[in-house]
Amino acid sequence: MKVDDDVLSDEESSAGPDQRAELTLGALVCVVVGLVLAMFVFVLHEAWPSFAHNGLHWFGAGGSVDNQIDAIYSSGDNAARAVYTFHAWPLIWSTILIVGGAVVIAFVCSLFVAVFIVEFAPEPMRALLQPVLRMLAMVPSVVYGLLGVLVVVPFINNHLISEHSKASVTPIITLDGYSLLAAVVILAVMIAPVMISIFVNGLRAVPRGWLEGSLALGINPWRTVWKVGVRTARPALVAGTVLATARGIGEAVMLSMVSGSVGFAPNPADGLVFIFEPSRPLAATIIDNIDQLTSPPMRHTLYALGAVLLFSGAMLSFAGWAAKQPLRRYGVLA
Amino acid sequence: MSTPQALAAGSLPPTAPRRNESSASWRLTDRLGLGFAWFLGLLFCVITAAIVIYLFVQGIRYLRPSLLVTNPSAGFTESQTGGFLDPLIDTVVIAVMSMAIAVPIGIAIAVWLSEFGRPPVLARIVESTVEMLAGTPSILLALFGTLLFEAPWLGFLSRTSGGVVFGRSFFAAAAMLSLLALPLVVSSVREGLQAIPSHVREASYAVGKTKTATTRRVLLPAARPSVLTGTMLGLGRVIGDTAIVVLLLGNTLTNDPSGSAPILSALRGTGSTLTSYVFYNAPTGDGDQPGKAYAAAFVLLLMVLALNVGVDIVGRRGTALRWNS
Repeated sequence: MKVDDDVLSDEESSAGPDQRAELTLGALVCVVVGLVLAMFVFVLHEAWPSFAHNGLHWFGAGGSVDNQIDAIYSSGDNAARAVYTFHAWPLIWSTILIVGGAVVIAFVCSLFVAVFIVEFAPEPMRALLQPVLRMLAMVPSVVYGLLGVLVVVPFINNHLISEHSKASVTPIITLDGYSLLAAVVILAVMIAPVMISIFVNGLRAVPRGWLEGSLALGINPWRTVWKVGVRTARPALVAGTVLATARGIGEAVMLSMVSGSVGFAPNPADGLVFIFEPSRPLAATIIDNIDQLTSPPMRHTLYALGAVLLFSGAMLSFAGWAAKQPLRRYGVLA
Repeated sequence: MSTPQALAAGSLPPTAPRRNESSASWRLTDRLGLGFAWFLGLLFCVITAAIVIYLFVQGIRYLRPSLLVTNPSAGFTESQTGGFLDPLIDTVVIAVMSMAIAVPIGIAIAVWLSEFGRPPVLARIVESTVEMLAGTPSILLALFGTLLFEAPWLGFLSRTSGGVVFGRSFFAAAAMLSLLALPLVVSSVREGLQAIPSHVREASYAVGKTKTATTRRVLLPAARPSVLTGTMLGLGRVIGDTAIVVLLLGNTLTNDPSGSAPILSALRGTGSTLTSYVFYNAPTGDGDQPGKAYAAAFVLLLMVLALNVGVDIVGRRGTALRWNS
């Protein structure tokens, strides 16, 4: 019986076709794993000079980060006088504020929407929400950025920022709508679909009997879902939040467009005006300065920014994996 | 392993039948909560509708047929800057190239994970690698790709001048974009393979087929809808990505071939796609032609909408062909 044409033609092979297929596929899989490992090694290696020159001050505050970038870039002509001094705190602070704000907003919205989808939405509504959320997840980030720049930013500039608040921070920074607020709102819309789909999976995995038990005691469905369902699905909530955070930290294009792209650390001491202040997160800094890769010290600095992103992304992905482990108890192989 | 797919797809599995019960007897706070949930659910629909309708309006306002057949050029007004013929073609070329890499490799990894997966340690490593790849920002893949394709031994894939490898070409961009699409293909195909009940495999073994033949002739044809879904989700990710294209495709206004070989020279050269065109023409970019950006974003949105509908159709057909177990 003819099992497999090309295998039968190969007579000297003592191993069966299955072993050979397994070995071929296994080798391919190892190549992909090796490639991802190589990414870590390459990026960290390229980033090392910047970390080595600054030590832990790399993560600290001090001076204007934009001036430092200019100095680093222009020192690239002369290898002997290369400048590496770089204090990334404004960029890190901006990342924390934008991603943190977006994750908090998206978490609350996603939790309600996930509960709604799993327990309360009527059938047509649920059938509508699925393509709607998939669409939101698939819209390219540059389109979000474009809408942000041409719709959200002018709206904030014209209607939300008063002349008084503009004047109050004039000596320090110009407010023109490119702001934390715009970045947070748009990022929240971008990461919410990620959260919702994982939350929904988690809530669906809650054993039906547990909910029925609560209902049988006369507790209304709304209370039941929150007290039993949501609590049981806590690992999924953590996993979804963590993955959405990773997505937000890595978002470069949209944030570079709407965040204002100024190396400025928004100051909560300014009061409510602070949400209108511009900034620039880590990932956006890379894409904004991408033309400067030709200057060796700048190149190392940009890769150092990338290494921070890579490291935090890997940590978050590990945390997400760890948080999902308890879910397996309920037979969810998410 | 469903997470990477869920990440991009926002896909929701079917639920159990629900109770229909009036909320009239609930406490006020509970009813307010339910109202808030309704409000948020509708809000997401409204946001999506607003994005789509707004881009349709702007697209119809700014998109002229001439834009689709002229090339971009440098200029300061809408009439000088031309259209986006090259970015449009390049988007298709890049999408085809990267899926040509991502789909076979993705299927191979999925088959290995679901049918072989030995030793278990390696399987766990592969699983977490794919999950990590799904969470890796595209800007990092772009940085990695720059390092990789500037290596002298990969110089034949891009432009080389005076011994310095430029490292920006269609090959470089497509290779890195395929890494972006890979997790989506893997998780989708793997889910499809795992949904096939084991008696199907056993039936094939019972008539004397090897594992390889079973996979090729029985399992993969049966998992075709999920291969298709994975491909379309991956495509959505690839055509929507900007960071890799800006960095690795060179982001030149028009195609700039390298060398004289007919097709190879174009692929070794640089170009731009619709996403980088939008990025360039946004008010924050160097081009600053919002009308052009709206028109290109509209075309981009049409592509994404088509993919979204495609995923829906395949998903529906997939449920119609469920194994009865």
